[in-house]
Amino acid sequence: MSPKTAINQKMNKSFSSNLKTKCAYENEPKYQDHEDFEETPTWAAVVTVLGYAILSALGWLRDFLRHIGFEEKKTAHDPNPKNFVPLYQSYECFYTRNLYTRIRDVFNQPIASVAGAKVHIMERISDDFNWTFKFSGKKIPSINLGSYNYLGFAENQGPCSEQAIKSIEKYGVSTCSTRHELGNQRYMQELETLMAEYLNAEDCIAFGMGFATNALNIPTLVGQGDLILSDRLNHISLILGARLSGATICPFNHNDMKDLESQLRKAIISGQPRTCRPWKKILIIVEGVYSMEGSLCKLPEIIELKKKYKAYLYMDEAHSIGAIGSRGRGVVDYWRVDPNDIDVHMGTFTKSFGSAGGYIAGKKALIDHIRIYSHSACYSTSMSAPVCYQIISALSIIMGRDGTNDGQQRIQQLACNVRYFRRQLVDMGFIVYGNDNSPVVPVMIFMPAKIAAVNREMLKRGCAVVTVGFPATLLTESRVRFCISAGHTKEMLDHALKAMDEVGHLVSLRYSKQKPHRRWIELDRADYDKEYLS
Amino acid sequence: MGSSMARGDIENLATDFFGLFESFKHAPFYHIIIEVSLLLAVVWLLFFRKPRPIEKKLTEKEKQELIDEWQPEPLVPPVDSNHPALNVRVLDGIVGKTVEIDGRKSLNFATFNFLNFVGNQRIADKAIQAVQKYGVGSCGPRGFYGTIDIHLELEERLAKFFSCEEGIIYSYGFSTIASIIPAYSKRNDILFVDEGVHYAIQKGVEASRSHVKWFRHNDINDLERLLAEQDVLDKKNPKKARTIRRFLIIEGLYVNYGDICPLPRMVELKYKYKYRIFIDESVSFGTIGQTGRGITEYYEYSIGSIGGFAVGSSFVVDHQRLSAQGYCFSASLPPLLAAAAIEALNIMEEDHTLLFETIMAKSKRLHKKLLSIKGYIINGDEISALKHLRLTNSLNTVGRLEEIVQFAQSRDITITVARYLTDEHHLPEPSIRLILNVEMTDEELEFLCTVLQEALVKVTA
Repeated sequence: MSPKTAINQKMNKSFSSNLKTKCAYENEPKYQDHEDFEETPTWAAVVTVLGYAILSALGWLRDFLRHIGFEEKKTAHDPNPKNFVPLYQSYECFYTRNLYTRIRDVFNQPIASVAGAKVHIMERISDDFNWTFKFSGKKIPSINLGSYNYLGFAENQGPCSEQAIKSIEKYGVSTCSTRHELGNQRYMQELETLMAEYLNAEDCIAFGMGFATNALNIPTLVGQGDLILSDRLNHISLILGARLSGATICPFNHNDMKDLESQLRKAIISGQPRTCRPWKKILIIVEGVYSMEGSLCKLPEIIELKKKYKAYLYMDEAHSIGAIGSRGRGVVDYWRVDPNDIDVHMGTFTKSFGSAGGYIAGKKALIDHIRIYSHSACYSTSMSAPVCYQIISALSIIMGRDGTNDGQQRIQQLACNVRYFRRQLVDMGFIVYGNDNSPVVPVMIFMPAKIAAVNREMLKRGCAVVTVGFPATLLTESRVRFCISAGHTKEMLDHALKAMDEVGHLVSLRYSKQKPHRRWIELDRADYDKEYLS
Repeated sequence: MGSSMARGDIENLATDFFGLFESFKHAPFYHIIIEVSLLLAVVWLLFFRKPRPIEKKLTEKEKQELIDEWQPEPLVPPVDSNHPALNVRVLDGIVGKTVEIDGRKSLNFATFNFLNFVGNQRIADKAIQAVQKYGVGSCGPRGFYGTIDIHLELEERLAKFFSCEEGIIYSYGFSTIASIIPAYSKRNDILFVDEGVHYAIQKGVEASRSHVKWFRHNDINDLERLLAEQDVLDKKNPKKARTIRRFLIIEGLYVNYGDICPLPRMVELKYKYKYRIFIDESVSFGTIGQTGRGITEYYEYSIGSIGGFAVGSSFVVDHQRLSAQGYCFSASLPPLLAAAAIEALNIMEEDHTLLFETIMAKSKRLHKKLLSIKGYIINGDEISALKHLRLTNSLNTVGRLEEIVQFAQSRDITITVARYLTDEHHLPEPSIRLILNVEMTDEELEFLCTVLQEALVKVTA
């Protein structure tokens, strides 16, 4: 019997038993909630900073050589006459010219197929050290560990894409009008009703772009005289939305509830700066899963604080909706809290539903207000039909409305994959950040040169990974970030782990002081296989 | 007795003092320094320190009371359930040249479908092929495997179409211009912006936190005045002036007014006062043809797809790949929309003279016909396919315009009142936005004018 059939049988059993019990959570395995952020070893931090210093020194030397004409200037030139004020500050570009360009080939890699569990990367060759690229025409088939495809809906076949194609034939590609005018189609209302049901909220509104959902709707909720308490590691769309609103922003340390409480107390007691007037309202903005850390927000404690101090809560579930929780309903499901406690549920359709766009859900009064005052509803073209239908069919599958239990299987498969992958990485001696249940798996690299090395070596071994460094992360905390998908089979994960094991040995990535450093063949296979099937 | 005692005392005192001085001479140097500093400190404390007010520290009980008493406002204010945004028409079908509302077909003069690409079979076929190859979503930002070969193809085609070096695409029209402006213009820079620009540009300008100087809509003299004022300030402080970048932000064809910007004069001024021009050609792209080609654009409408793009020299465009937020931190455009856009470009390049000439000619004819209806004010250039219709003077209210729209709907013509948010920088007057579709026949345009005339009679009666 293949492992997948075994899982299916087990899932069928547990699923049907769930239907029989009143409480949906009783028969489910209790996941261990454990988050770990092992500290950077001091020697690694020192070597990293030293590395950046050497690179900067070399950069200055090269700039000097280019300035005196010894070396050719490879960057583009300003077509305007010389007496115009320069468009860019020269130091803004220092990083781009001297550090980023060295490893430019590992970013923005184009693909030539659907961004599913396996992907075809277009090979690029550079003759001049990454200043310009040429396509060799070759396509490298690799396991996709970089795209956000948590439930595996990025498919070009199957019920979802069939629905999308039918909708193009019926509705065309675009409506060319805004929601307030002639762009309000029936399928949008269908999507919104379905999403509200999925989240157990009163009402929901959907937008065409996830980034814009945050940036253009936070200003409708808060304005001058309000206070926003936002987590230090929030996504840039949240920061932009907060800035555009005109409210005062106070960051609190990542996931630090004591800091949040002390900030809340200080805010209410002292009031607005200078005038000491009381704040009109306080909005706490957090994310469900933080995409660079892999950590989950501590929702029950935040809700307790919010109720105690009468603040409002805005939750961005871009990475957690569909991917976390026993029924895929996000962190609300994971922590088993009442959805009504969260004032504004926000999320995107890009990650778990294989589509594009964002949504905001909550009480009907809130959504009505957003419908009237949102910048996006009034000025932007409404969502495209195939995009909506892809989400509608993905939602139907996850909720089990299509008559199969494909949705629940996907959720369980993702949870299995995540546990399997994380445990082995940790047991091999890598520093892995984040919660044990989050599908985002960051493994620390620290040193700048290793960013490129890991990416290239993994690609050689047929794995497409995402490596990030400064400025997306702190200077000394570069990492490789794996995004696990329900579409990954056990064989794919084993292949990826073997590749990571080899690359880790080649480039010395095993930094952990808490666990012994082991090679993949030294691990006890039976132990992991047993957990994978159970 | 007393005096001898006193003399004795004084003598003792004198000896003591002398002994004191002697001991000073013998004391180590640091001892003297310390004593002198102490003395100075005492003098300072007594005479020079300002008395600090004693801070009133709140007790725990008072703090708790403040926390308990504080009442926040509700998250959102109560909404009017009769607001038009909550009672929009629900459609269920293609919104092309005709649109079906409540079972009746009507001519569509309300959506931004200038070249009638909505519902075009060729574009739909290409989009379907893209779904069959790539699926619907791209599942990642451009930096992390979200760059699909079809995006690169579209960027190349756009750059070639505009004879520019490079193009860059965004996944959402609104955020295109709202990300581009902050990518170039920072806190110390100056933006000269036309008052009539649309909301997305206003948001982009806000996000950049630069100094903004608004000039009256399409008034080149006002712009020159502002530039001259800035020039005077520059001459006073040339060192600082060399670090301030200047940008002019205008639209090719203004969405809120329908008129065209006087580009040639602006380019002249550009070389005189040394600023860079950003043109937003959302409406002029695909409708005007030769004029209005510039550095920044966004297509959302005439190309029948969704998204935005910018074209220009590599020097300028490349910067956005790392610093435009809407590009770096957002998922890339779904491939099917990119495929639709490429096919639309193909169609435009094939018979572009016919398409654009036709639309410009029809716009002129419509303009003449509308002018002949007494009682309406027509805003917009005669070759512009987008026009704004207003009633004269005090009659021009949203209520009356809505009545006209409803009457037209009953006669199977769909038009719409232009909708704005109340916090626009310079709220335009209420108007009906008329958009011409290139496939409209002359009879249909006649019919439109007839209906508008009848509506006018009904409303002003």
